[in-house]
Amino acid sequence: MQRRRTSKTPKQPLKVHHKNQTDLSAWQKGGRIDPEKSVQNHQSPNNQKNGSKQGSLEQALSYFEKVQDRVSLKKDSALQKHLTAVESIALQRGLPPEAFAVLLNVALSGKLADTVNTRLLKSLVPASVIPETSVVSSVSWLCVGKCSGNVQLLFLRWLITMFDFIDHKEQLYALYGFFFSFLQDEKMCPYVCHLLYLLTRKENVKPFRIRRLLDLQAKMGMQSHLQALLSLYKLFCPELVTITLPGKVKTYFKNSEGPWKAAINAVRQRNQQNSPVPQPLFLGTAQPQSRKRKWNTQLIIPVSSTNKNNLEEDKEKNHVDLYRMNESFPVEQLQTFSQLLQNIHRLEFPSQMGSVLINPLLLHYVNCIKDESIFLRLYYWMGQTLQEECTWCVADNNQYEEEFKDFLETVYKTECFLQEGFSSCEEFLYKTLPLWDGFCCRSQILRLVTWIPLSSFSEIKSHLYDPLAQLFFTSSLYFKCSVLESLKELLRNWLNWHVVILDSESGSQVHSLNTTLSGLVNTVAELIHFVGWISTVALRLENNPTFLLYFILDFYETVCDMYLRYNLPLLIMPPAGVFYPALLSMDSVSLNQLCYIMYRYRTNLVAAKENELSKRKILQFKFSTQTYREYNQYVIAMVGCLWTSSVFQKDVHPRGLCMDDELLKKTAVQEFKTSFNIVYHPAMMGYAVLFLQQAWPDDTTFNFSLIKGKKWNWYLEYLYAQGLKGLKVFIESSINRVSQASHNKAGNVEV
Amino acid sequence: KENADPQRTAFLLRKQWALYSVTPLYRFSNAHLRAYARLLSAFIAAEKQKGLAVEVGVELDIKVAVSSLPDLRGSEQDQAAILVQLSLRSSTSKKKSEEKLVWSGCFCCVFGDDLSEKIPQDFTCLPLFLTNGAESYTSIVGSWFQKTFDCSFRRLAISPLNLSWMAAMWTGCKVDKLTTATELVFSVSCLPQPLDISYAIHPEDAKALWDTVQKTPGEITQEEVDVFMDCLYSHFHRHFKIHLSATKLVKVSTAIASAHCDGIIKFLQSQYLTGVLMLLTELAISHIQ
Repeated sequence: MQRRRTSKTPKQPLKVHHKNQTDLSAWQKGGRIDPEKSVQNHQSPNNQKNGSKQGSLEQALSYFEKVQDRVSLKKDSALQKHLTAVESIALQRGLPPEAFAVLLNVALSGKLADTVNTRLLKSLVPASVIPETSVVSSVSWLCVGKCSGNVQLLFLRWLITMFDFIDHKEQLYALYGFFFSFLQDEKMCPYVCHLLYLLTRKENVKPFRIRRLLDLQAKMGMQSHLQALLSLYKLFCPELVTITLPGKVKTYFKNSEGPWKAAINAVRQRNQQNSPVPQPLFLGTAQPQSRKRKWNTQLIIPVSSTNKNNLEEDKEKNHVDLYRMNESFPVEQLQTFSQLLQNIHRLEFPSQMGSVLINPLLLHYVNCIKDESIFLRLYYWMGQTLQEECTWCVADNNQYEEEFKDFLETVYKTECFLQEGFSSCEEFLYKTLPLWDGFCCRSQILRLVTWIPLSSFSEIKSHLYDPLAQLFFTSSLYFKCSVLESLKELLRNWLNWHVVILDSESGSQVHSLNTTLSGLVNTVAELIHFVGWISTVALRLENNPTFLLYFILDFYETVCDMYLRYNLPLLIMPPAGVFYPALLSMDSVSLNQLCYIMYRYRTNLVAAKENELSKRKILQFKFSTQTYREYNQYVIAMVGCLWTSSVFQKDVHPRGLCMDDELLKKTAVQEFKTSFNIVYHPAMMGYAVLFLQQAWPDDTTFNFSLIKGKKWNWYLEYLYAQGLKGLKVFIESSINRVSQASHNKAGNVEV
Repeated sequence: KENADPQRTAFLLRKQWALYSVTPLYRFSNAHLRAYARLLSAFIAAEKQKGLAVEVGVELDIKVAVSSLPDLRGSEQDQAAILVQLSLRSSTSKKKSEEKLVWSGCFCCVFGDDLSEKIPQDFTCLPLFLTNGAESYTSIVGSWFQKTFDCSFRRLAISPLNLSWMAAMWTGCKVDKLTTATELVFSVSCLPQPLDISYAIHPEDAKALWDTVQKTPGEITQEEVDVFMDCLYSHFHRHFKIHLSATKLVKVSTAIASAHCDGIIKFLQSQYLTGVLMLLTELAISHIQ
């Protein structure tokens, strides 16, 4: 019975979306800053489960840190347990940076059996980054040769695959000579070549190294991996490498990705899904391999990278450009929020603006910069991508629904983050909603609807309401509730936006989009009337289910408070088709909700009236007397229904309950006159029974007429104690109880 | 504007071109075409040998030329068209004459004021992209442009409605010698075996019909196009008892040009090149917006 009333009143308008708002600390990538934190950052939000997982990983790490020589896997259950823990956590969400030192250390030290070492290495999947120090210390293990050849090979393959995940590489570059010396091992040679290929910089190319490579080639014959390294050397120092190398080689290196690539992608995807806003994609290499499709129709959000074009125009220009490059901060290096703050004045935007969608740091930047070209680039890209990938407009796209869903989800999260809708998204919705089946990507589409920008755009009816209404009436109860929910969010976003504009208007900002206040009020009113209409029809179609009524009343909880909470000079009463089903509901939840709403309407209307009187000037917007009249009619009906048992006589609403006594007699209901008040109302009768049982435990006749006078007051207290807070505020505000004897009257708002 | 040098745009004629729409190019500059060619050729080489280092500027197997075509535009507001050509150098001899053109692509805008008026300076409006050659090259060149100028490409399909407009417009055009038949291809796709119906009309007959339909010369309305097509349909129905209106128009070919609904065009008359490109530019712009 406990309703959400308590938390309701003090809520600030702008906090509505805090679910998707950002926690700045979450952008730090950890690793180099605070490993502990980054571990937590990469956890999924379902905390309970993770708490235990976190614990088991910590236990496993401390076990592996202390493990003594030669524990047998078969005999030692602790080893088994911890090994499985590491494996399962690694595959599910990847390992935190600090795990690598411990696990690499144990795997390469040769303390444990090879099967254990192999399994450990195979599960070394990073959640974010791999600390360079852990790699360096494992190279030193490699040099003392404690581990077997197979483990060495596996380690090298791991290193090649994970190369881009290592946070720094300076020390690793310094180990170039060590790696080079491993070339002599015939088995390791191909992998070492690949690693060297990744590590080689111009200063590494030395005559003695070239000689060594040529010797190896003479010994082993033309090997593609040696050729690759030689060709790179030749590229750096053509004067030192004089031999001719075959121009076309299909593949230089065997696939050394090993068992990790798939795991990395899976972990990446999962971590991205679980975070409130997409995690930064720190690497360009690990884009999920999308299916083979036409080149221009891949749904891939580009990775941030700086536009390097125009770099080498000519020699002179080159210098200038290089100088400029030193000045600007390449977007690839942007990893933490503090970096963003330090370099915000010299940050260059990525060459493909779409990449900001998956780069929260850049979204912060977008948020605070006013540059038309940024939005135009996003607009074009997003508009094209949405149209091209739309699964119900483009044939043959239905097999890619999951990807499209993910994309829409990303767009929605970005909109939440920016607290602003994209116009390309709006256009997409207008274009495609008429063709939508209401099923495909349902929740994503309905969420995007919530971010349609507020403008005095007159076509919103034919573009949004008409197609939505068609689907609404022909779809399930659940769909109806989802539509109402997203229209409520839409209304709230509009109202919040209006509040923000009002606030900033003092700083001489005018409504963007050239919306006047009256245009804006009209647009909001149109939405509320639309919801009133579809709600009325839906209640009839579905036969007044409480579930549906809840969503409808939830919408009106926002509507009834627009004047006070959002400073919008507009109040619209619910239509009779919503009001009466709620008033006569069999469920106390709906009745209580209605009471609360009517109480807030009263508060808002009274405040408006007072404002009007105190200002003594003609306000641009005045609530029409129609609104006051409608409110009064509803209140009279409510008081008659809940208090004075006079609803059939007093209700003056044209579509109300006023009925002739003769007609009422025909219903053969005894004492019809009293059949509606807080005791007899079907939604309240359950409380009355319980109250009677407590007040007169011996009386089993259920004599409701006993509840009167002082007992009536007790009964009220009893109802309030049951959590009917809405009823309480309504009765206390709208019912004049000073002179109980003379018929209780409705508090009248009209002054 | 018909004073463009027909020689310089002649390369477009009598070839099949695949059509794409392109969103405005960001920070594209006509002053850097040679640099673009160099970067693009390195990019192509890099794409071909997956992930291996490539030096920028050296002689590579594929030569890239990026040039400006000021003749190919409608008004002064239009950007000059950009032509991208890929030629294969034969590996045996290094002589220039051995180069073989393998792919060309042309970005253009003919009377695209609708779009170009609206966009800020940093953007270059060349909404129509035509390609001839292997799609693998289109893919590489397209990706490079996407990456470098933050634009998006979409295949420009031509709807049956637009095809019928083309049929009517092109039928009415004057051509010196009317040798090519006007041909319309319809597809009945809902059958177990797809069925294509080809409907060829003598160009003079078609023109005579169109002349009776068109009220004001130089101006075409949707209604006139509908009447023209309906006449053709009823004529066909009289002979074969098939309602063509129930099928889908997939291809139109006339002496002026031929167009396929998948977004393929072939220009046949240089004097009407600008006109056809203008129509295609319009389609491309509506595709973007």
